[in-house]
Amino acid sequence: MNILEIKNLTVTTSDKIILDDINFTLAKGESLAIMGPNGSGKSTFAKVLLGHPDYQIKSGSIVFNGQDILKLKPEERAAAGLFLSFQEPREIAGLDLFSFLFDAYRALQEARGKEKISVFDFKTILDAELEALAVKGDWSNRQVNTGFSGGEKKKAELLQLALAEPTLAVLDEIDSGLDVDALVIAGKAIDRAKAKGTSFLVVTHYRRVLEYVRPDKVLVLSAGKVAAFGGPELADKFEAEGFASVEK
Amino acid sequence: MNNNDALWEDSNQSDYMNKTRLGLDEALIRQISTDKNEPAWMLEKRLASFELFKTKAMPTWGPDLSKLDLTSITYYAKAMDRPAESWDDVPADIKNTFDKLGIPQAEQELLAGVGAQYESTAIYHSLKEELSEQGVIFEDLDIALQKYPSLVEPYFMKAMPSSLHRFAALHGAVWSGGTFLYIPAGVKIEQPLQAYFRMNAKGMGQFEHTLIIVESGAQAHYIEGCSAPRYGVDSLHAGGVEIYVKEGARFRYSSVESWSKDAYNLNTKRAIVEADAHMEWVGGNFGSNTTMLYPCSILKGDRSSADHLGVAFAGAGQTQDTGAKVIHLGKDTTSNIVTKSISREGGKAIYRGLVEISPLATNAVVSVKCDSLILDDKSQADTIPVMKINNETATISHEASTGKINAEDLFYLRSRGIKESEASAMIVNGFIEPITKELPLEYSVEMNRLVELEMEDSIG
Repeated sequence: MNILEIKNLTVTTSDKIILDDINFTLAKGESLAIMGPNGSGKSTFAKVLLGHPDYQIKSGSIVFNGQDILKLKPEERAAAGLFLSFQEPREIAGLDLFSFLFDAYRALQEARGKEKISVFDFKTILDAELEALAVKGDWSNRQVNTGFSGGEKKKAELLQLALAEPTLAVLDEIDSGLDVDALVIAGKAIDRAKAKGTSFLVVTHYRRVLEYVRPDKVLVLSAGKVAAFGGPELADKFEAEGFASVEK
Repeated sequence: MNNNDALWEDSNQSDYMNKTRLGLDEALIRQISTDKNEPAWMLEKRLASFELFKTKAMPTWGPDLSKLDLTSITYYAKAMDRPAESWDDVPADIKNTFDKLGIPQAEQELLAGVGAQYESTAIYHSLKEELSEQGVIFEDLDIALQKYPSLVEPYFMKAMPSSLHRFAALHGAVWSGGTFLYIPAGVKIEQPLQAYFRMNAKGMGQFEHTLIIVESGAQAHYIEGCSAPRYGVDSLHAGGVEIYVKEGARFRYSSVESWSKDAYNLNTKRAIVEADAHMEWVGGNFGSNTTMLYPCSILKGDRSSADHLGVAFAGAGQTQDTGAKVIHLGKDTTSNIVTKSISREGGKAIYRGLVEISPLATNAVVSVKCDSLILDDKSQADTIPVMKINNETATISHEASTGKINAEDLFYLRSRGIKESEASAMIVNGFIEPITKELPLEYSVEMNRLVELEMEDSIG
């Protein structure tokens, strides 16, 4: 069983081809790193997976967990088990962080046919995750990402990941803004999610985050095309010898 | 949420409509005055206002009022002969309405006092003993006129004279019910004092008058919420609010208004602020066909100040023409205006403001900030800030912004599993948060729910 099957996927934005005939599959339980230089289409691929409305699918298919998700809205893809940790999480002024987290949690629970959780039970879960992420200071009066440091934003993304319990979590440059200590904490968060059965798709410039994710496969993108697809050794080569070394 | 909707759709059966009629003439005005056993001066004031009303033209500088037929409005109706003394005395159908609004519970928990207006006659009034021991008066205005005529007469329609405009004149002629609040010198009340209004009868106008006197050094917060069931016949609301904030006093007037989609809400609210006193207006305007509302602060005393915070939501077929008016008369006066508007489905949200600095008002400081959120291509937002500056020492700042919901913000929230309409409502509620956070919790929650209701049917 594959968690993700990408077939002949071609994507445009403003009539410009931005992903060109992408093909790969990822087996359940496996994790994948997507690497490549700036502008290669890595982040675009992450957003296309979640159904960002700016991108048009010209051809091909995305089958997630046995289901064709191309017609699904972003919120339906989230309910189906996809999660995207944003490279630059949005700051939404005036939106209370905890009530947003609770609303999102309940929306996912409802869409997944689970029982409604009380705010008190949610608070218990939330507190445990905040502690696991070693969140410093009181977040209870904060607004979504507003005034957060780069590191805090990434922690908030990992917090949302933990609450969403996705089947496949896409991490777009999760290590940017994280210092070494925070990266260790992030690695533990990834391990906890893996233990609960979450597969990872990591979009990154740098190899260092892969020490924490330990991908089974590496996909290298270049100018919207698959330049290379292989095992973890590809990442080492990519970093040591530069992008040209892995180009087909 | 659906419960709220049901509440608005359902107009309770009442038998008092038999006693009412359409249109306005001198005989009706005399009848109102006689019914209420008013002093002669009040009848004279009503009749003088009626004469002014006949000479005043409809305002043409703002929204289109040509479809408002003043001859098909019920100007006076009464639900009961006298206000109920306690909750037990309130008739069942009226109680049912208030039950749905949650008034008894709210009172038990938080309210310092409840003045509730059902149609034109107050039906329920209570005030905690500790307040009356401090000399606070929180009464139906009709009753205050009987019990405290010497307190009412010097103030009644002085800040808001009948000569102000056509609807102020109309209001002066037919006003009925409303609230009288008197805070004696030095008395500070922490809890907000609350009154609920509900316009219920089909095609019926509501002309309640709120008169508030805050004596020197006193502090209080008065809050009211209005909602109206939906009807197919034009309804008119032309209420009046007058507030006198004496030396060194602080007062906040908050209101969340949600009128039926066919109502004309042409309201006048004015405060006179004395030396070292501070006035705050916090308002949310929802619903109605057309709203024209520009709370006004007259900064009469030196070092007086006013804050005006407002939210307006214009949905399909609605015009929200709202804003603020501040007249700086004293020296070293400060005004701060912050408004947020949302328009969707063809709605029009207009900020209309007037700030006037009189020649003697040296060193006035004025800040105006208007933000508009336009949710689709069919909708409109305009900003019409007028400044009349007759003293060169004034410091004025004005900022205005117009935007749409950020598509990346929307995608972010949706990627978390939140439906598009809910995600939009969250962003809109975030947009108005700087104003809702100034309201007591239950009111800010209600305002957020009103936004959610408005947004629910916006996206297929």
